[in-house]
Parts: sequence; structure tokens; C-alpha cells
Amino acid sequence: MSQILDKPDAADEEVRENVDRAAKNEQSQTRVPSDSAKQLLLGLLFGVVFGFLLQKAGVAKYHILMGQLLLTDFTVLKVMMSAVIVGMLGVHFMHAANLVELHIKPTRYLANCLGGLLFGVGFALSAYCPGTGAAAIGQGNIDAIAMVAGMIAGSYLFAEASGYLSRVVEPIGERGKLTLADVVTLPRPLVILGAISIIGIVLAIVETLPVR
Amino acid sequence: MKRLFSTAILAIASFPTIALAQEEAITTEAYSGPAWSPYLVGALIGILSMFTFYFSKHPLGASTAYARIAGFIGQGVAPKHTNQLKYFADNKPKIGWELMLVVGVVVGGFLAAFSGGEFTGRVVPELWQQRFGEGTASTLLRIVAAFSGGVLMAFGARLAGGCTSGHGISGTMQLSVGSWITAGCMFIGGIATAMLMFAF
Repeated sequence: MSQILDKPDAADEEVRENVDRAAKNEQSQTRVPSDSAKQLLLGLLFGVVFGFLLQKAGVAKYHILMGQLLLTDFTVLKVMMSAVIVGMLGVHFMHAANLVELHIKPTRYLANCLGGLLFGVGFALSAYCPGTGAAAIGQGNIDAIAMVAGMIAGSYLFAEASGYLSRVVEPIGERGKLTLADVVTLPRPLVILGAISIIGIVLAIVETLPVR
Repeated sequence: MKRLFSTAILAIASFPTIALAQEEAITTEAYSGPAWSPYLVGALIGILSMFTFYFSKHPLGASTAYARIAGFIGQGVAPKHTNQLKYFADNKPKIGWELMLVVGVVVGGFLAAFSGGEFTGRVVPELWQQRFGEGTASTLLRIVAAFSGGVLMAFGARLAGGCTSGHGISGTMQLSVGSWITAGCMFIGGIATAMLMFAF
């Protein structure tokens, strides 16, 4: 009986630790005064490559992005899923070799769901998302400038509500830096293998669909 | 009479083709596809992620850059009010890595489109015109939709903690539970809204 009672406590403790770690990480990020000139240049360089790749993948095009949401064109899914497979392997290998740190965002069930749904509605209205919209401007899609103006206005609107949201919405279902490996309580490499297999199966099914 | 008859026959015969033409008109595949294989580009974006983790200690993510610009504008217009907002107190507006990344994306998008002969220079996308018409009203509607879409995306991304790249690619690859939930909700909201926009 006492064991059963102990268990939720242990889980709570773990959550609290996770939350603390997330908070500490956020603090240390804000304490960084500003990025060095080298990092600014690297950011620009990585951005050029990212934008180049996004345009070449066609995901700066209105009809390809809308096609994904209308389920008639799966280019977006193919790009995202293959990036996730390669990145998942690469980043975790480098992490295991102590070359990089992970940068996991805190899990907040309610904020993740609400924010994701709101984002989705906006995604369909604009068709360009924050990254692909910037590539769309480069591609010459003038309507993407309206989306950027909206993004700036929306960011300020969020800041106006940020005090309230951080008190009321964000604590609901706050779980800290929770990963799938914590949830299924299996070794990380096994979870990675499982995730990659599932993504692979999804892509294989998509390939059989009579759409792009 | 004979003429009327043949007109009727013609009308009946052409009815399915009109219906078919309308059906084809809404096919997104009628427009140009990706220049490169999506799998190749995806793999390269995965490798790019490894580079940003290693060299910049940053995952790829685009939405934060817009919040930085909003902070700058806010500090210019109403500095006192802007600085006391929780988000800007926690995340001081600065020209940082994230903002430079998005500036780079614009440049990269241009280089790719220019090199591939895909530069558009269009105010309104072709598919939008096909669905909502070509007049001024349709153009205005597109601008309003793109702007309000931007507002909702920025608000949603800040609430959720990231966008299609920050959560959808960088977060999911790190097995973050919140990122998988957010990415799923983004597509649920997006698919539902898009279906409504293109339904009759």
C-alpha cells in the first residue's frame, strides 16, 4: 500500500525537477547579453542554407503548403519527416559523444494544444508558416509580407497577454522537459529506433497514395 | 427545333466536362512541384540541424525572430509599456542568432528561386485566384487572410513555445512530448481550416 502511495510522489518529484531544470535553462538563456559577431554571422549563414533548401523543396509555394493541409500534396510531410529522421539520429549520436547539448522545450499540455490549434488555423489562412513565409518573400511572393506583418503584430499581442497566460494557462499540465523516452520508460536508443520505424512506415504509406 | 435539340445534346454532353474542369481546377498538383526531391532536402535539413546544434548551440526555429522585431518596435513606440510586459522582460529584444537566421532564410529563398527560374513576383498566388477570383476584392481578402494568419500563428507559436520548425522539426527530433503534441495540433487545426476554406 505504501509503495502505491509512494509512486505518485516520486513522479511529482521528477516533474518538479524537470520544471526546475527548464526554468534554470530559460534563466541562463536570458542572462546571455547578446550573441557574438561570429554567432550572428553563423546564424545568417545557416539561414541562407535553410531558406535555399526550403525553396528547393517547394515548401515556399502557396499551392504546395495548401496542398498539404488539403491532403492532396504531401511534400511538406516528406520534408519534415525526413529531416526529423536524419536530425534525430545525428543529434542523439552527437549528444551521446558529448559533442552537443539537447535543447528541449518544456512540455505544457494545455499551452501546447491551444497554441498548436491556434497556429494551425493561422497556418491555413496564411499557408506560409514562420520559416517558409520568409523563404516565400525571397521567392517573390508579395503576400508573404502581410503574413510577416501579422506575425509581428501577433507576437506583440501575445506579449500583452503573457503575464496572464503564464499564470493561468501555462501551469496546466506543466511537465518540464518531458521526452517520449520518459513516457514509455524505455532506453533512449530503443525509443529513437521505434520513432524512426513509425515515421518510416508513415512515409511508406504516403508513397502509396495517388497524390504528390 | 432540330437546332434546339442539338444544343440540348451539346449541353448535356458538355455538362460532365464542365464539372470535371471545375474538379481539376482545385487540384493543387496542377501547379509546379518541388525542384528537388523532398526526401533529399529533408535529409539536408536534418544535417543542417546537426550543424546548428554543434556550432551555435541552437535548434532551428523561426518564430522567435518575429517576437524580437515586435519587441524592437514596441520599445520604439512605447518603451515603458513594452519593457514591463512579461514576455519582453523575460526575452529582451535583441538582434540575435534567431533574427539573423530568418534574414538568411529570405536571402536563401531568393537565391534558390532565382537560380531555379522560380522567382514569382506575384501579389496573390495562382491557386488563391482560382478559388477566390482575380479581382481587387480577392486580392484584399488574400492580404487580410495572410495578415490574420500571421497574427494567429505568432500568438499560437508563442503560447506553444515554437512553430513548425522549432517544435515540428527541432523539437520532435529530440523526442520532446510537448513538440509532438504541438505539431499534431498544428496539423489538426490547419487541415480543418483549410478544408473549410476550400469546401463549397
